Amino acid sequence: MPRRLWEHPILEFERGAEVEFLFEGRPVKAYEGESVAAALVASGVTTLAWSYKRSRPRGFFCGIGKCSSCLMTVDGVPNVRTCITPVRSGMNVERQKLMGELPSDAHVDQEVEELDVDLFIVGGGPAGLSAAIEASKLGATVAIADENFKPGGQLIKQTHKFFGSRANYAGVRGIEIAKILLRELQSLEARWLTRATVVSDYVGSKHTLLVDSPGKAWLVRATSVIIATGAMENMLPFPNNDLPGVMGAGGLQTLMHVFGVVPGEKALIVGAGNVGLILAYQLLQAGVDVKAVVEIMPKIGGYAVHAAKVRRMGVPILLRHTVKRAIGTERVKAAEIVRVDENFRPVEGTEEQLDVDMLILAVGLTPSVEIPLQAGAKWDYIPELGGPVPIHDRFLRTTIEGMFVAGDASGIEEATTAMLEGRIAGAKAASELGLNPAKADKVIGEAQRHLEEFRSGPFSEKVVRGKQRIWEAAREVIG
Amino acid sequence: MSAEPGVIPEDLLKRMLPPDEKAEGRAVAVIECYEEIPCDTCGWVCPVGAVIKPTITTPPSVDWDKCTGCGTCVLTCPGLAIFMVKLDGDVAEVSVPYEFLPVPEKGQIVWALGRTGRKVAKAEVLRVVTSKDKTSMVTVRVPRELAHVVRAVLPPGRD
Repeated sequence: MPRRLWEHPILEFERGAEVEFLFEGRPVKAYEGESVAAALVASGVTTLAWSYKRSRPRGFFCGIGKCSSCLMTVDGVPNVRTCITPVRSGMNVERQKLMGELPSDAHVDQEVEELDVDLFIVGGGPAGLSAAIEASKLGATVAIADENFKPGGQLIKQTHKFFGSRANYAGVRGIEIAKILLRELQSLEARWLTRATVVSDYVGSKHTLLVDSPGKAWLVRATSVIIATGAMENMLPFPNNDLPGVMGAGGLQTLMHVFGVVPGEKALIVGAGNVGLILAYQLLQAGVDVKAVVEIMPKIGGYAVHAAKVRRMGVPILLRHTVKRAIGTERVKAAEIVRVDENFRPVEGTEEQLDVDMLILAVGLTPSVEIPLQAGAKWDYIPELGGPVPIHDRFLRTTIEGMFVAGDASGIEEATTAMLEGRIAGAKAASELGLNPAKADKVIGEAQRHLEEFRSGPFSEKVVRGKQRIWEAAREVIG
Repeated sequence: MSAEPGVIPEDLLKRMLPPDEKAEGRAVAVIECYEEIPCDTCGWVCPVGAVIKPTITTPPSVDWDKCTGCGTCVLTCPGLAIFMVKLDGDVAEVSVPYEFLPVPEKGQIVWALGRTGRKVAKAEVLRVVTSKDKTSMVTVRVPRELAHVVRAVLPPGRD
């Protein structure tokens, strides 16, 4: 059964007033500040949509507007991403048949505001916020757009304390780092566009971006653009991987930590990287019975200290194991795991059924690079960085004049490195505008040193290899 | 490499534990962090400079003569990998980081857990200190032979 958390060892949930909305004619209670999808999950709705072709149930998956599992019709408008739509008293939410139908009057008289800035930043997470702060401090006019109605990107669900150095918030929880960055940005002049989806970037003598939000659109002209759009959770192929109850690790963190909603009681986690291990610990903190963490490799990918935290609470970490299938019809009722051989093939006869209602995938992320690719930035497929990555140099400059990329969108890494990359990109963008280049160089030099330091250990070898490949490519095309 | 993920290998553990005489009658830090993680929190947070951390990715070690057993590092370590141990004749006091609910109270009897979550002893809670950022340090009394076995306590009510 799903439940709302009222007490948590780390978090305090600040819920707004109780509101009521309609879900297919039935009243659903929610709290202001919750997303529609979170409120529905909390009220016991597991099927948020059906697949187009085979009408299979679709449930909550990513929670940050990047997958399509929670597209619903809200007040007559189809295909609304209910995970990034706040509840409103009296709203009417329905599951839709197929693609839904657009009302004839939708979006016709939408107000369009024109906005002219030095620097436009897409994404308000650790990279985007850090970039906005540095560029603003150096005197650039900055606007920053984020799709979510809560600013801070994925920092707002990171309850664990960060590693790193003192200068880069080591020992501070992600949720607190978000507050620090947002407070700093508020003291500056940057303009924040909320619930704002950047549709496209047309590059001429300047960047022209079309930005859409409910009830309003912006036409932004900017000299420079920083793409800090983060990443998307990876799926894993196995039978029934689309059942409600199969969730991304980040999606579940959003539900639990941003909205205080725990969708189930018993969990299996697939993937023993840091994300999977940290999530296992966070589930224990929320009172969930974690049956196991399975890892297909012969060793864990995450830090031993993260593994130790969950092992000493009795959670098994099963190496050379993977999920074989999810069991259930309308939602996950159980999961079957299996041992694999040296070639990662399932060993017959080693199957084991686990009684779980949540099957959580922590199997990596893929950079969100739609905008640079649409705009024509050159890119490469770099497995070490999570897949498609815009080619960029050490200043995070892409192959498009005035376009930078930072954070996970420039290769999957960590929030700490995202903040450092954001600072470099923000400062470089300002300095290219001719603003305070000496001071900008100082910021860039310091951030580059910290990045190098953070990446110096064996855990960063893979990322460094990927970055070197992308920098090498950049030398050829950017110079 | 550990045969069991998340459980520190015996040979490595031996090198991390203080000699008995360093912990006899006084609490000292035991840091079970042995990978080259980019983190130096324990290094700068120690008020007496007892944690040796030459570079950000060098695993830490403790100067047990300098360590005062204050517990600051236990409450701060992002990996929750630092513990405090005091040997005292037949018994030992073990302090562990704790971030669950409910927080045990002084005098309460809780299950002390080993590195794999095994319930190794019922133990009395001697002290609970909670930091501003909500990590607690729970100190329990256990038999001396469990000083380096107990590394967690089960949240009350979860057994």
